[in-house]
Amino acid sequence: MTVLVLLSYEKGNYIRPITRSAITAATKLGDVHVLLAGKDLGDLAQKASALSGVKKVLIADHEAYAHMLAEPTADLIESLADSYDTIIVPANAEGKDILPRVAGLLDIQPVSDIVEIIDTNTFVRPIYAGSILATVKTHDNKKLLSVRGTAFAPTAEEGGSAEIEKLTHFSGSEKTLSKFCELKISQSDRPELESARVVISGGRGMQSSDNFVLIEKVADQLNAAIGASRAAVDAGFINNDCQVGQTGKIVAPELYIAVGISGAIQHLAGIKESKVIVAINKDPDAPIFKASNYGIVGDLFEILPQLEEKLGALK
Amino acid sequence: MKVIVPVKRVVDSNIKPLVKSDGSGIEINGVKMSMNPFDETAVEEAVQLKEKNIVTEIIVISIGEIKCQDILRTAMAMGADRGILVTTDQAVESLSVAKILKHFVEKEKPDFVLMGKQASDDDMNATGQILAAKLGWAQGTFISKLELSEGKAKVTREIDDGQEILELTLPAVLTTDLRLNEPRYASLPNIMKARKKPLETVALTDLGIDLKNSLEIVSIKEFSSSRESIIVDSVDALLDKLKNEAKVI
Ligand SMILES: Cc1cc2nc3c(=O)[nH]c(=O)nc-3n(C[C@H](O)[C@H](O)[C@H](O)COP(=O)(O)OP(=O)(O)OC[C@H]3O[C@@H](n4cnc5c(N)ncnc54)[C@H](O)[C@@H]3O)c2cc1C
Ligand SMILES: Nc1ncnc2c1ncn2[C@@H]1O[C@H](COP(=O)(O)O)[C@@H](O)[C@H]1O
Repeated sequence: MTVLVLLSYEKGNYIRPITRSAITAATKLGDVHVLLAGKDLGDLAQKASALSGVKKVLIADHEAYAHMLAEPTADLIESLADSYDTIIVPANAEGKDILPRVAGLLDIQPVSDIVEIIDTNTFVRPIYAGSILATVKTHDNKKLLSVRGTAFAPTAEEGGSAEIEKLTHFSGSEKTLSKFCELKISQSDRPELESARVVISGGRGMQSSDNFVLIEKVADQLNAAIGASRAAVDAGFINNDCQVGQTGKIVAPELYIAVGISGAIQHLAGIKESKVIVAINKDPDAPIFKASNYGIVGDLFEILPQLEEKLGALK
Repeated sequence: MKVIVPVKRVVDSNIKPLVKSDGSGIEINGVKMSMNPFDETAVEEAVQLKEKNIVTEIIVISIGEIKCQDILRTAMAMGADRGILVTTDQAVESLSVAKILKHFVEKEKPDFVLMGKQASDDDMNATGQILAAKLGWAQGTFISKLELSEGKAKVTREIDDGQEILELTLPAVLTTDLRLNEPRYASLPNIMKARKKPLETVALTDLGIDLKNSLEIVSIKEFSSSRESIIVDSVDALLDKLKNEAKVI
């Protein structure tokens, strides 16, 4: 069995940890080849070849894939599909955009967001915002899977020495159905939300964007990434890409601190795999407490400054 | 411009779904059912575009049991012009839904299809992309902003580290992020009016589309949190727990 994994990377920079998780999942199904598509790839090919568990790196270096637009990228994957029993993408926005399009081209039902591999055809995936876990078996002879990063430990960045093959046929490269205009990246010096060891999130209880300073100060002490509930994002307290949950990011840090967040199932959907969850909320009946390891019932405006100060003193 | 908006009837998002006692599926007897929230967003956007005279006709389509009429009526009360209900008692997976939708796209020839990025029950997030592939159309997924002009759609997409702006050639399939808009509540007079709007019902078996389900549900179970939920009474006590018991700081 050979498995193709689409690499998700930050441009000219690094391979996203979620890709390394997808590779871990892929190694359970067969020999792993990875596809690196893009333009101006820098040393990403070397980095990909060094990933533990990878046997071969396929490189598609072409302008058409510069922004990983779904139409040309899906065509590219379709053109390679004959050689693979399984095609895997990381279940991030990029993978979720591309994989089902490949599925449409190949006439296969994709399996999204797998969190466990039972056997080569059987997988576990969350449904209903993660309140239900479904074990599903696919009867398609080719499998198209997207993999939840939090469910598989990322493969090591070093240790591999995969062969590198440059592709010369660029399927879909002539497609101009959509045109890239602009990327608006939210800059932050903090660790990436999806791979941070500690995440602290604020909800509607924060009341304003200015009050997020209280969260930032605690985050500084813990070298934490900052997240938010949908209510906080919708209220404009913080950027959209900080949203955690069913429709936001899925996180699984060692420590997740939920501040002024009630604990709706759609929010819990994004934090279930966290090792330890702490809730700070003034309402003792807030559902977040039932989903937490530890909780403090009280006013976040009193608790956060204390937390900052006492964490500082611990150092 | 003409738009098709597919809408799915799902267990209301405010309700915690429970597994039937025999483990065969989710209990929906006596459970409140609603329009998938992502589809509500799609309907709202279409209606706003109609109010701006950019869209001239909105067709809503639902596939499922006869009760899907409810959500089609809701969509029409929000402002959609007519509805199509494709009846079936079988569960239909994304690939089949896309094939059924393709049938109606070819018949109705809309300028674009606007749909939810995912159904809040199966959370598959696939149908729109599959449909776009099958039609050979451009796709704009997870959009939080839409601007239409002659033959083009400019979309802002919610992506991993921010937002991406694309210009798509129409016709295209667009899928909605919840932050595209805030769906309206239908007013009573509009609910009354919607009762008179055309609703065509057709049995899936009469469409002559060859469908098979390839994803078999082996078993389902409720996710249960095994966390202790220990309530501490001070920040000091919390830090002590985190340091000495959980060992995470
Ligand atoms: C289809 C769908 C998808 C969704 N996806 C997501 C998602 O991805 N992520 C997400 O987060 N939500 C999502 N939601 C929304 C979700 O259902 C909730 O509405 C949202 O999570 C609520 O955010 P919140 O907990 O911040 O706000 P609220 O529910 O309003 O809770 C605020 C909390 O703050 C507490 N509080 C207030 N003041 C203080 C204070 N001074 N000190 C301490 N505590 C205080 C209150 O007691 C309360 O518990 C989705 C909803 C739908 C329908
Ligand atoms: N049975 C259905 N009837 C109508 N539309 C559907 C149906 N199933 C899925 N859809 C559409 O496809 C979108 C994505 O669903 P999914 O790919 O299943 O997550 C939904 O938001 C709907 O717009």
